[in-house]
Amino acid sequence: MGGKKVGAPENLIIGNKRLDDRTPEDFRPMEMSVGILKHAIGSATFNFGNTRALAGVFGPRAFHPKFLQDPQKAVLRLKYAMAPFSTLDRSRPGHSRRSMEISKVATDALASVVFVEDYPRTGIDVFVEILQADASTRCAGINAASLALADAGVPMRNLITSCSVGKIDGILVLDIGGLEDNFGEVDMAVSMIADQDKFVHLQMDGIVTKEEWGQLLTMAREGCGEIYKKMAAALRERYATTMEGV
Amino acid sequence: MLQQWKVFDMAKTENYIKKLIETNLRIDGRAFDQFRQTQIETDFIGTAEGSARVLIGNTQVIAGVKMDVIEPYPDTPNEGSLVVDCELVPLASPEFEPGPPNEEAVEIARVVDRGIRESHCIDFEKLCITPGELAWTVHIDVHIIDHDGNLIDAAALAAISALLTARIPKLDTNNKPVRVMSKEGQALLPMRDKPVEITIGKINSTFLVDGNLDEETAFDARLTLAVNSAGNLCAAQKGGKGWFTTDELLKAADIAIEKAEELRKLLPKGV
Amino acid sequence: MEQTELVKKEKELVVPGDVIARGLEYLPGAGCYRYENEVRSKLLGLVRLKDRFLSVVPLAGVYIPKAGDGIIAVVEDLQSTFWILDINSPYDAILQLGEAVGEFVDITKTDISVYYDIGDVIYTKILNVSRSKSVQLTMNDYRAKKLVGGRIMKITPSKVPRLIGKEGSMIELIKNKTGCLIVVGQNGVVWLKGECEGFAAKAILMIEAEAHTEGLTDRVTAMLEKGVE
Repeated sequence: MGGKKVGAPENLIIGNKRLDDRTPEDFRPMEMSVGILKHAIGSATFNFGNTRALAGVFGPRAFHPKFLQDPQKAVLRLKYAMAPFSTLDRSRPGHSRRSMEISKVATDALASVVFVEDYPRTGIDVFVEILQADASTRCAGINAASLALADAGVPMRNLITSCSVGKIDGILVLDIGGLEDNFGEVDMAVSMIADQDKFVHLQMDGIVTKEEWGQLLTMAREGCGEIYKKMAAALRERYATTMEGV
Repeated sequence: MLQQWKVFDMAKTENYIKKLIETNLRIDGRAFDQFRQTQIETDFIGTAEGSARVLIGNTQVIAGVKMDVIEPYPDTPNEGSLVVDCELVPLASPEFEPGPPNEEAVEIARVVDRGIRESHCIDFEKLCITPGELAWTVHIDVHIIDHDGNLIDAAALAAISALLTARIPKLDTNNKPVRVMSKEGQALLPMRDKPVEITIGKINSTFLVDGNLDEETAFDARLTLAVNSAGNLCAAQKGGKGWFTTDELLKAADIAIEKAEELRKLLPKGV
Repeated sequence: MEQTELVKKEKELVVPGDVIARGLEYLPGAGCYRYENEVRSKLLGLVRLKDRFLSVVPLAGVYIPKAGDGIIAVVEDLQSTFWILDINSPYDAILQLGEAVGEFVDITKTDISVYYDIGDVIYTKILNVSRSKSVQLTMNDYRAKKLVGGRIMKITPSKVPRLIGKEGSMIELIKNKTGCLIVVGQNGVVWLKGECEGFAAKAILMIEAEAHTEGLTDRVTAMLEKGVE
C-alpha cells in the first residue's frame, strides 16, 4: 500500500469518533435554502458542513445552435464548476477534466427524472458552483441542483438526493469530509431517486470486498432517505404561509 | 408474441435490440454474459516504453506508455506519478470530431486511470529516482481507433497490457532518459496487480456484458467495475440516464468479478 | 387493496414526486403523472381537484403556449408575409399576414411593417400549437389589437388566474383604484397604461409574490386604498 501520505493524521477514527466528533453514521450538519437568487428561474444552496454548493436554473429556454436541438425533448445540461477560492490552495478557474466528468454524471443523474419530453426543442441549463469545498462537493452540488430545478417549476418525477460514503481506517462511514477524503481508503458518491432503491449516479475509488460493496450501498441508500426528508421540507418551507392576517 | 412487438418501431435500432432481448437474443447471437473475441498484442509501438493493441470484436484501441523524469509532487516527494489520457480519434467513428477531449473522452480516461491507480498496481515508490527531486512519471495515452462499443473495457485492457510490458528507459549522466527504440537492457516496469475493468449494460432488467455499438444505444444504464486479482472491487462508475437497484448492483459485482478473472488470463505476464 | 384514496387536499402544497392520490379513479391532469396506481405531482405547487382530474398549479415556471390563450406578444422580426413574435416562452410564435389583416395586401407593393413593426406590442390569440410546439397566432378575435404606449411587465404565468381573480374581480379592483388601462395575457405579460402605472405595477407584484396565500384580496384592497390617498 505504500507509506502514509505527507500530512496524514495518525488516525482518522478512534473508537467511534471521527476527527470532527461524528460517529460513523452521522452526517455533517446540513443546511439548505431555496429561491435565493433573483435572476435564475430557480435556485438553491446546499451545505454538508463546510462544503457549500449553489445552483441556479435557466430554462426551459430557446436552445441554440438549432442543429443541436432535440425536436422531441428539452436538452438538459448541468455545468459543475469550483470557484477558485473554494479550496485552501487557490484552484485555477475554468474547466478541468474533473469538472467535465462531474458535469456529465450529474447531468445524467438529473435527466433520469426531469420530464424533458414536456419541452421539445428547448434547453434547460443548471449551473452548479461550489463556493467552499470540504469533500463531497459533487453530492452537495447535485442536491442543490435538484432543489433549484423544483424551485424553477421544471417538472420532475421526483427529487434526486445525493451523499457520499466510504472507508476510513477500515471503518465504513457516511458523509466523507475533508481529511477523510484525502487520507481515507475508499470514497463513494451516489445519487438516488428520492428515498427509493434506485441509484442514478455512482462513483467509487478504493478497494472493497463484495461484502463491503453491499454495506456501503445500504448505508448510502439510508443516507439519501434522510436527505430526501430534509429537501422536501425545505421546498415546502419556501412557500410557508407567513402572511396570515397581516 | 407478435402482438407485443407491434409496439416497437422496427426501423429504430434501439427498439430492435430491446425486442430481441425480450426473446433472450443478442443481435450477434452471443450469450448475455459473453465477450466478443478479444485479442491483445503487446510491444506494438516501438517508440513507446510500453504499448498494446486490443481488439474486442471490431472495437480497436491502442495504448502507449511514455515515461519521463520530473520533480515529484510536493505532497508525495518519494513517489512517481501517473497520467492517463484518452483520445477518440476521428477515424474511429463518424461521431468523433477533431478537437480537445470532450466529456466522453475525459470520462474514459478518468475511469481507466482510477482502475489502475486504486488497485495500487504501480508501486510509485519504486519510481522514485532521488527523493524530493526526481521521479518517473508514467503517461498512458489511449487511442480509440475503431468504435464498436465497450470502449472503457478495451481502453482499460490496453492500458494495463501496455503497463505490464513497459520498460524503464536508461538514464544518462544528466538524469535524462535515453531515447532509443531498442529495449535492450531495460528493466520491466514493476507491477503489483492486474486490474481489469468490466462494463455491464442494463436493458430493462437484463444485464449484458461487452455491449457493441448498437447495443449501447439501447442501454438504460451502465456500470463499470474495476476488479483486482484478489477479486475485490477497486473502482466503480455508473453511466447513462437509467438507474440500478441495490440488488442489481450486487448482481453486477458478481458478474464483473467473474468476467474480470476470465479476461485477466489474456493479459501479458509482466514481472 | 385497490382502494381509492385522496392523499393530499385541494390547495395543499406538494413537491415533485409527492403522491396525491391512490387508485385509478382519480386522473392525472396538468402537473401530474401516473405511476402504477398512484397519481403523483410533477411540480412544486398547489393541488387542484376538478371532477376526477387532479392537477398541480406550479408556483414558478415558463409559459407553455396553449391554443385559445389570449396573450400579449412583442414583434421580434418580420418577413414578407409573416411576423415572428416573442411570447414570453421558450417558443417563438408566427403571425401570418392572412391572420392579421382582413383585406387583400399586395406584398410586392407593401412592406408589412406598416401594420406591425419590430417592437410593437399586440394582444393576440393563439390559433394553434403543433406537437413540436410551433405556435401560430391570429388577430381574428374581438379582443385582439395593438397596444400603444404604456409599459409591459412580466409575472409568473401560473399566477395569472390569481391576478385576474374570480370573474375578473381582482384585476377590476386594481383598474378601478388606479384608473389605469390594464391588459393581462395568459402568458404572464401584463400591459399597463395610465398615470398610476407604477402603483398598479406594485399591486401586481404583490399579488404575484403572495398568490399562494389566503386573504390576498383584502390585503390588496387595503394597500390600494392607502396608496391612492
